[in-house]
Amino acid sequence: MSIETILVFAEGDETGPSGLTLELMTAARSLAANVETFVAGDGAAMAEQLGAHGASKVFSTGALEGKLMGVHAAAALQAHVEATNPDAIFFGQTPDGRDTAARLAVRIDQPVVTNNVGASVEDGVLVVEEPVFGGTQNVFTAFRNDGPALALFRPKSFEAEPNGGGAAEVVGVEAVDPGVAGSAVVTGRHAEERSGPKLDEAEVVISGGRGLGQPEAYSMIDELAGLLGAASGASRAIVDAGWVPYAKQVGQTGKVVKPNLYVACGISGATQHLVGMKGSKNIIAINKDPEAPIFGVADLGIVGDVHKVVPALIEALKSR
Amino acid sequence: MKVVVCVKQIPDPALPGELDPSTNYLKRDDKLILDESDSYGVEMALQLVESAGGGDVSLVSMAPNGAVGGLRTALAMGAEDAVLVSDAALVGTDALGTAKVLAAAISRMSPDLVLAGVESSDGYTGTVPEMIAGALDIPSITFAKQIQVEGGSVKVQRQTEAGYDDVECPTPALVSVTAGVVEPRYPSFKGIMAAKKKPVEELDLSALGIDSSSVGKNGARQETVQVTDAEERQAGEIIEDDGDAHEKIIEFLGELKVI
Repeated sequence: MSIETILVFAEGDETGPSGLTLELMTAARSLAANVETFVAGDGAAMAEQLGAHGASKVFSTGALEGKLMGVHAAAALQAHVEATNPDAIFFGQTPDGRDTAARLAVRIDQPVVTNNVGASVEDGVLVVEEPVFGGTQNVFTAFRNDGPALALFRPKSFEAEPNGGGAAEVVGVEAVDPGVAGSAVVTGRHAEERSGPKLDEAEVVISGGRGLGQPEAYSMIDELAGLLGAASGASRAIVDAGWVPYAKQVGQTGKVVKPNLYVACGISGATQHLVGMKGSKNIIAINKDPEAPIFGVADLGIVGDVHKVVPALIEALKSR
Repeated sequence: MKVVVCVKQIPDPALPGELDPSTNYLKRDDKLILDESDSYGVEMALQLVESAGGGDVSLVSMAPNGAVGGLRTALAMGAEDAVLVSDAALVGTDALGTAKVLAAAISRMSPDLVLAGVESSDGYTGTVPEMIAGALDIPSITFAKQIQVEGGSVKVQRQTEAGYDDVECPTPALVSVTAGVVEPRYPSFKGIMAAKKKPVEELDLSALGIDSSSVGKNGARQETVQVTDAEERQAGEIIEDDGDAHEKIIEFLGELKVI
């Protein structure tokens, strides 16, 4: 047994595949001679970029027209997988990626391994790497099943790198009706207003936490982010408290960020948060508690009051 | 309306976790508690039943060792009763096996709605709820931040990368609830006393008609081949703010060419 073909479950929108999808292409290419992709939606919009990142084919169901993706994607994937027998299927650790992998796992009765950050092939078998206990240990899991290895990967685990391929061939696949299980429909979409760069793509991220004391104080995080061309983020504590929307959450649940600079303001550094940001190249932490775990990962730690340090920083930046 | 909530009982996350070196499974020797992630599902279920003007909230859980500590907490919050699937053969069961077991238990309870946390705090695979829906062959909506049940349908605000979507489907359905979207109630003293007398039905695999080879280590069909310590990030310079720490930050921003 060896790994010949890896199928990448590609996600994206009308502008092309997501960054995470292209990261998966890099990983898949390094392990298998043939990398194919599957799009639960319109694959044509993604064919050029997927091809440039090494995809030989884009299998596409066509538009899902408001149906909630997971169960429909899994039904079409099952038929495709049974016909083509890929050795592994890579998914991004996203809401739709998780839904699809989970539904597919049940349909084809194969195990799924989630939260991975690395992959290798050993003795012809896929081995995936998952950080545990807040990233202090790594567990390596080998697939021992008789069927495709289903693996989900966290964002920012690999670098997206084009390899110069031309546009991939788009091949239509039949939609499969999952029956009543597929009856969830999307009736409206709401995007949070955002100024500045996307949180998971920004070069600089400024995040606030419980140490801000009250929801109104978050405005200084936004102001500082604006001055630095940064994205603003948050710890789970203040998202749970309803101060800022979930879209801003950095952490294990939420977004994984790896910017050039991460500034943590009033964040103590719970494991849940550290997992989402400790891959940042540089970290500044401002917290009044000198024992806060966030200082254990900071390149520059300021033991002080965010309500004094951040406004002083904002003033200094404005006067430059 | 009958709501079944899936709850996981986990080692206290405040204690340092450890893998058993002989099996590489998470050690679960200490007392297990209600996973905080699931307390949101329990609270959501109680609120839905209250706003529907009546109904039952039942719990379902799986543990290899008959643990009930976490279930008692959820019963003290107000759930009526619980089903615990416990069997020595469940040690080492993966997400798919867990979903098969929970789905078999849930199908005996005939709920209108199944709720679960989006992901557990110890394993956080985030796949078990959707797998349960798959095994039950019912519709599902994951990552809910708000849920309304009206007649035979459930309307959900589902969190997305960009914001949220409005999604609806007919019941029976499964909905997974995002942490933090409701404020889980604290059990009252009366609730805690009452919970001690509430029924917890314990089932083993044979009672559910599940072949023990389809769960546990054999069913998981995966093997931990290595565990390594991660490279730790080194802490840098830490200074006490005496009024000019912002200057130090400006200097650092300059070095990074951020400004």
